[in-house]
Amino acid sequence: MAVLEQWRGVKAIPDIEYFASGHRTCQGCESVLVMRYIAKAAGPRTIVTGTTGCMYVANTSYYSTPWTIPWMHSQLGAAGSSAMGTAAGLKALMRKGKIKDEPINVIAFCGDGGGADMGLSAISAALTHEDYNLLMVLYDNESYANTDIQLSGSTPWGAVTTFSPAGTKHRIMHRRWKKNTPGLLAAGHSGQSKFIGTACASYGLDFMNKVRRALSAGGPTFLHTLDPCPKGWHYDPELSHEIGSLAVETGIWPLYEVNEGKLSFTGPTRNILLGRAKRKPVREYLAKQGRFAHFTDEDYDYFQRKVDDMWEHWMIPGVVAFEMDPRDASLLQK
Amino acid sequence: MAVAKTSKTAANVPQSQEELISGSEAVAQALRLADVDVISAYPIRPYDTVMQYVSKLIADGRLDCEFIVAESEHSQFEIVKHACSVGARAFCGSSGVGWMYAMECLAVTPSLRLPYLAICGNRALDDPGAFGTEHNDAMCVRDLGWMLYWVETAQEALDMTLIGYRAAEDQRLSLPCALCLDGAFLTHSAQIVSVPPQDLVNSYLPRFDLGDRVLHPDNPISIAPQANEDWLMEIRKQMDAAMRRAPEVIREAHGEFHRAFGRQGGSPFIEEYMTDDAETVLVGMGTMASPVRVMVRKLRAQGEKVGFVRVKWFRPFGTDEIRTSLQRFKAVGVVDRDFSLGAADMGGVLYNDVRATMYDAQRRPVISGFIAGLGGREIEEKDVLEMFRRTQQAGADGRGGEVTWIGVRE
Ligand SMILES: Cc1ncc(C[n+]2csc(CCOP(=O)(O)OP(=O)(O)O)c2C)c(N)n1
Ligand code: SF4
Ligand SMILES: [Mg+2]
Repeated sequence: MAVLEQWRGVKAIPDIEYFASGHRTCQGCESVLVMRYIAKAAGPRTIVTGTTGCMYVANTSYYSTPWTIPWMHSQLGAAGSSAMGTAAGLKALMRKGKIKDEPINVIAFCGDGGGADMGLSAISAALTHEDYNLLMVLYDNESYANTDIQLSGSTPWGAVTTFSPAGTKHRIMHRRWKKNTPGLLAAGHSGQSKFIGTACASYGLDFMNKVRRALSAGGPTFLHTLDPCPKGWHYDPELSHEIGSLAVETGIWPLYEVNEGKLSFTGPTRNILLGRAKRKPVREYLAKQGRFAHFTDEDYDYFQRKVDDMWEHWMIPGVVAFEMDPRDASLLQK
Repeated sequence: MAVAKTSKTAANVPQSQEELISGSEAVAQALRLADVDVISAYPIRPYDTVMQYVSKLIADGRLDCEFIVAESEHSQFEIVKHACSVGARAFCGSSGVGWMYAMECLAVTPSLRLPYLAICGNRALDDPGAFGTEHNDAMCVRDLGWMLYWVETAQEALDMTLIGYRAAEDQRLSLPCALCLDGAFLTHSAQIVSVPPQDLVNSYLPRFDLGDRVLHPDNPISIAPQANEDWLMEIRKQMDAAMRRAPEVIREAHGEFHRAFGRQGGSPFIEEYMTDDAETVLVGMGTMASPVRVMVRKLRAQGEKVGFVRVKWFRPFGTDEIRTSLQRFKAVGVVDRDFSLGAADMGGVLYNDVRATMYDAQRRPVISGFIAGLGGREIEEKDVLEMFRRTQQAGADGRGGEVTWIGVRE
């Protein structure tokens, strides 16, 4: 595996880009910034695979690929398996002396549809294969964006999508709470994976250093990013960064990583936990986005209560979504 | 271009070994000889016996490869596809609904021009659950650019694994290849197999080389960017062009194999049995050849001019060979171990392929169709006899186009 040192401050980040021009994503698309960041952080000795979705269809067109590092499409549910296949192929060829033995990063990305829904079992499986050095990045724009913004298991409660329009009989068509994908993978796999974490492109340095820590950790690793999507979330493209920051500052999207079995929080999330900053009301985040424009006060309250719950009642705030039964709480105190 | 030298067997070269092994074990032995780099497995009967033998070969240090037990067939086939993209020789397989679970990955592989080898241990598609052989699983990829071969014996399973890699990896083709093995009849039946020595195989099967299409930081290409109507038709035409080259490459691969190992001579596409002066022949694929041959011998002993033509490569279809062969006969009966409900004349897949092939023949035989042996039901001598009788009768009446299900309870 590669050993990539941490970048201490933005000035340490090299100018060179490995994800260049040529893509056709929307103005203000944060997911495409995720692509740029992971390529930059990983460097040229990297192979990337990507599942179907905006970061394929809008991003990587025949004769105008933005990738200057090797890149290959994989099927919608195949981030985990494409990473495994790539890493296994390299490993066998290197061990058998058929190609030069050298560190090559293997990164597979997928959207929330491809990763949190369809491809979850392959991602989970890949995280059990400690023999393979690979990083899976789930870029979460909270919908099946490429197919016209349909709800996924990662879409927030109440959001309007093309499968969950606000109607006269049903104001809220999407009544499922967002799946806690990084939490479930961290809880289930941190014994096998040395790095499972979350990130947001509004915090570029934190983001890229997480990619570099994951790639240097060895074995299978996972990073889940929250990416504001102007088209699907209905807001002015110039607000992308701000909305990403608000997701973190309201406590909706906690930044953390589980590194070699140790949990640590980063960025504003850490400050909230340290009491240095107060969580902003979720309304500040939600009200900026057209997908929540139909929300009533009641809806905002419900959303706020669910987020409060996550911070006040979860066993580990923002990560582990349950608490001890008070009758058994003492069992763990010994 | 992948070109291998023919090796001359010298006196001091290790000789082949005879072993009593099943079709599945024969494939596993060939994978060892082919020095496969990445194998991915998922359990489903009957193909998975190959993977049981593979894992034992690895455990005993006789095969050095990455062996990934995937969490689904979808992942299994994506794993080998991507392993292949970085230049690893890869192997995979499945059966029945497992093959169907991998369908998306099977579908995209030919256009990526990634030539890994798979086996399909033919099995009926659920529901209801059934283990027995039926060809519909593998047939599902017949239009997509997979090369497909129906194997009859364990020896052929070993030989075709080597020939399959050689043909598939040839840069004129670079297409995936699946060997179809009738579940149980072949996967699980032991036969005497000649296992060739390693250096003979090395001289036949060159190292896998994807050339300038390999995915590696030294070759930073983008594979399969979104193309749409701008380019997709050209890409499809390239696949078509590759498949059009396949018969020639296949003939070369068989010819070289025959020179090196002394087996698999004759036509790669069909095998004729007692057809010299035949008037009526049955046509079929896979292990049904055995009971048909037995019946051919019995009828021959009674002076009847009958024979059998086994179709071996199914994709590419041996159009020329089949046309030239079958136009010699008066009546032909095509036996499908598959069904294609609602197809022309309600016939099976092979039946209608044969009929299409014969449409432009100089002389057209009368062609009858049969659906037989579904779900692993044995094709017995009486069934073969019935098919011969119906084929002869259709020939006498000059009336083809009838499709009969054989051995079905009322
Ligand atoms: C097996 C399969 N089903 C459906 C599709 C159609 N499809 C293409 S892109 C896409 C959206 C994927 O959503 P996500 O993974 O979240 O990526 P995004 O488009 O949001 O970037 C879908 C459903 C597909 N390509 N493959
Ligand atoms: S729809 Fe959203 S994710 Fe897709 S390209 Fe546009 S902004 Fe990016
Ligand atoms: Mg999405």
